[in-house]
Amino acid sequence: MRIELERRPDVSRLFSILSPVIALALTIFFGGIMFMMLGKDPILALYSFFIEPLMEVWSLHELAIKAAPLILIAVGLSVCYRSNNWNIGAEGQFIMGAIAGSILPVVFYDWQSPLVLPLMMILGMLGGALFAAIPAFLKAHMNTNEILTSLMLVYVAQLFLDWLVRGPWRNPGGMNFPETRTFDPIAVLPEMVASGRAHWGFGFAIIAAVLIWFMMRYTLKGFEITVLGQSARAGRFAGFSSRKMIWFSMLLSGALAGLAGIAEVSGAIQQLRPVISPGYGFTAIIVAFLGRLNPLGIVVAGLVLALTYLGGEAVQVSMQISDKPIRVFQGLLLFFVLSCDTLIHYKIRMMWYDLSETAGKGAR
Amino acid sequence: MSAEGQPANGPLLAVGQLTKLFGTFAACNGINLDIRPGEIHALLGENGAGKSTLVKMLFGVLAPTSGEIVWQGQPVRITSPSAARKLGIGMVFQHFSLFEALTVAENIALSMDPGVSLSRIAKEASDLSRAYGLPLDPDAHVADLSVGERQRIEIVRALLQNPKLIILDEPTSVLTPQEADRLFETLNKLKAEGRSVLYISHRLEEVQRICDRATVLRHGKVTGACDPRQETPASLARMMVGSDVAHVTAEGTNAKGAVKLEARNLSAAARTPFAVSLKDICLKVHAGEVLAIAGVAGNGQGELFDALSGEYPADLDDAIRISDKPVGTRGINARRLMGAGFVPEERHGHAAVSALSLSDNLVLARHKSDRRAFLGGGFLGLIRQDAVKMAAKRISEAMDVRKSGENPPAGSLSGGNLQKFIVGRELDRQPTVLVVNQPTWGVDAGAASRIRQALVDLAKSGSAVLVISQDLDEIFEVATEIAVISDGRLSDIYPASDLTREKIGMLMGGMHGKAETAEMAHAH
Repeated sequence: MRIELERRPDVSRLFSILSPVIALALTIFFGGIMFMMLGKDPILALYSFFIEPLMEVWSLHELAIKAAPLILIAVGLSVCYRSNNWNIGAEGQFIMGAIAGSILPVVFYDWQSPLVLPLMMILGMLGGALFAAIPAFLKAHMNTNEILTSLMLVYVAQLFLDWLVRGPWRNPGGMNFPETRTFDPIAVLPEMVASGRAHWGFGFAIIAAVLIWFMMRYTLKGFEITVLGQSARAGRFAGFSSRKMIWFSMLLSGALAGLAGIAEVSGAIQQLRPVISPGYGFTAIIVAFLGRLNPLGIVVAGLVLALTYLGGEAVQVSMQISDKPIRVFQGLLLFFVLSCDTLIHYKIRMMWYDLSETAGKGAR
Repeated sequence: MSAEGQPANGPLLAVGQLTKLFGTFAACNGINLDIRPGEIHALLGENGAGKSTLVKMLFGVLAPTSGEIVWQGQPVRITSPSAARKLGIGMVFQHFSLFEALTVAENIALSMDPGVSLSRIAKEASDLSRAYGLPLDPDAHVADLSVGERQRIEIVRALLQNPKLIILDEPTSVLTPQEADRLFETLNKLKAEGRSVLYISHRLEEVQRICDRATVLRHGKVTGACDPRQETPASLARMMVGSDVAHVTAEGTNAKGAVKLEARNLSAAARTPFAVSLKDICLKVHAGEVLAIAGVAGNGQGELFDALSGEYPADLDDAIRISDKPVGTRGINARRLMGAGFVPEERHGHAAVSALSLSDNLVLARHKSDRRAFLGGGFLGLIRQDAVKMAAKRISEAMDVRKSGENPPAGSLSGGNLQKFIVGRELDRQPTVLVVNQPTWGVDAGAASRIRQALVDLAKSGSAVLVISQDLDEIFEVATEIAVISDGRLSDIYPASDLTREKIGMLMGGMHGKAETAEMAHAH
């Protein structure tokens, strides 16, 4: 027997739109089975996983806080991935952005000015972009593989941050804890709305998503990105430079990851610690693909993945389930989204062969 | 066409009502065909007629949707290429599947049963190749071999399996006339041994020369079965195309004007170990001329195109001149702004992006030259979709591009229709210089004659046209001047009327008196 994927002659529009919904339904169904096998009431578990976090204003704010860096990073990565540049090191660019942006509130902590906050954001973007410039330079001029270099630089960034907060930047009044001094209120990103904690990072994320969406959809630059991603040779024929595109996409995604980093530190944590990210830079890769590399899709995908983080924490507390189900959920979701998408474009055909019948002497 | 009732002297292979559906599209629709032992059977048809699909089913690459294949009187299911080889079917593909960095013997070993020693394979291959007049050095690296020699590897590889039927897909498209002659001798030798050959081609002269019978396909159906020697090229073409093919008319005066495109001692190092370097190329194309550059594939045609188009600019500004201005170091868009247009060889992924719509593919080549018409919004560079779509529609109408929707993805068009669009995309600008690499490669006869006519007409209207082609028929149809490229060197330019196929064939093989001709080219 052989299984063939056969391309469908025409793709159903209805099902293309429904695909993520079907995927979500399947995830919930199989997630329910998983909870049942864990000996928990599946309805209750699913309720506290997916619904409860959406019922309270407080947790909606938490959702926005978690979604903001995911969306910001993923939007930048979508430009990279569409142009065929595989930046896997957003986590490192996030950290370096956070460090660069923190120079003002940590080193020049007594400078009080309304300029501090905007400068911090700009420094954050510069930090992320400069860190992304390393793999960009290596790829554009040394022909190295950016997947490896950008990934390995994540560990450099993590260890650099660790060294900073334990050494030169450690809070002198912090009882020797590995933390920097807490930011002055003037260096704290304000809340977006009065009802809760969600800071302007979420606003940045939405603005970035809309701008990048506009660029990809309507401008020649977006066209250049698409063409170079599909075929470098056709891009060259159009007079576009792959090398410049490496720089553009890496610097852009680095800057957005850096902005996410400084926004997270300034808005949510308000100091530097040895660990400032629960892996946003890596989860954003999933977000980018769940959003089908479309900035508006990424906004939705970012919220969904933020919800799985939040729901996972909720069931840990309320039902004494370990944090592993979050990972299973994320995995299930990715699996079903990808398979639904595939089955919209292809259909499965089983080819049955009689095993006793070999090609040479076969007779029907 | 019936296979029944001939048990003793029956056909080697009979195909009954063979159908292959891709979705709802029937690539092959109820094909009937039989091949007798010891005959050379031609499978004729335009691109997209279903020839490749049919032979892929015979060779076990694709599974038929319905219908039957009868091999020596037994119905069979050919589930894989190795099953086909076991039956005694060998195949030589149009696009070779060889590893350039490996030797001939190693490449052959890859398709053999494991466990046979490399030295034995080398010995057998070299014996066999000599016996069939296809000399091969089993220890040579594929990268060092000419295209003709590479094809020999494929043929020897098929022959080592001792097949009863050998399928050859467009074998002469990569050969010089002399190499093709040698191939025909081999095929006749195979035929004399009682083996059958299924010969796929769209070159009618060849089919008439060597084939005993022919089956003609059009749109996935058999439209004729005949003895090609009893037919005329025109009648065969009619069966292939369904109507008479327009003849390209090159009559009328081509008044020679000023030099529009010139290369002065253009040299370029090879970019990869398997590429060809360009050596001291000198050429001049005047307004009103069609200069055709003949040559066997892989002799620097692609590299010459890249240098002329500016995709890979030359080192010296003076090496290339457009309308008497040096442009050697400038990029492709600077040259487009000076009135040049370019059509590369590869449609998918070079001239066009398959997944993008036709209008997007129009932006691809003309976003700079037609900046004012196609872009708005100042520095934002907004693409004016309405203007682009109008222009794409205009081009499609001018070149008679048949497509499935208003603005379909380029990949959904047949090769011929996409090529018409790509050529039309440049013609629409009325370029003063047009450089085209393999204008009708893999294009159906109807589209090919349309494209060739358009090139001839463009030159008549006063533009300089440079055509790089491997197809001698095409070259004689369109060219006013001919030069030959071989190993990155260009011969002198001759008026088309002074050259014969034999002369071109000799120039393709080795450059006689190249030393003098190069100096002469410097002199003028």
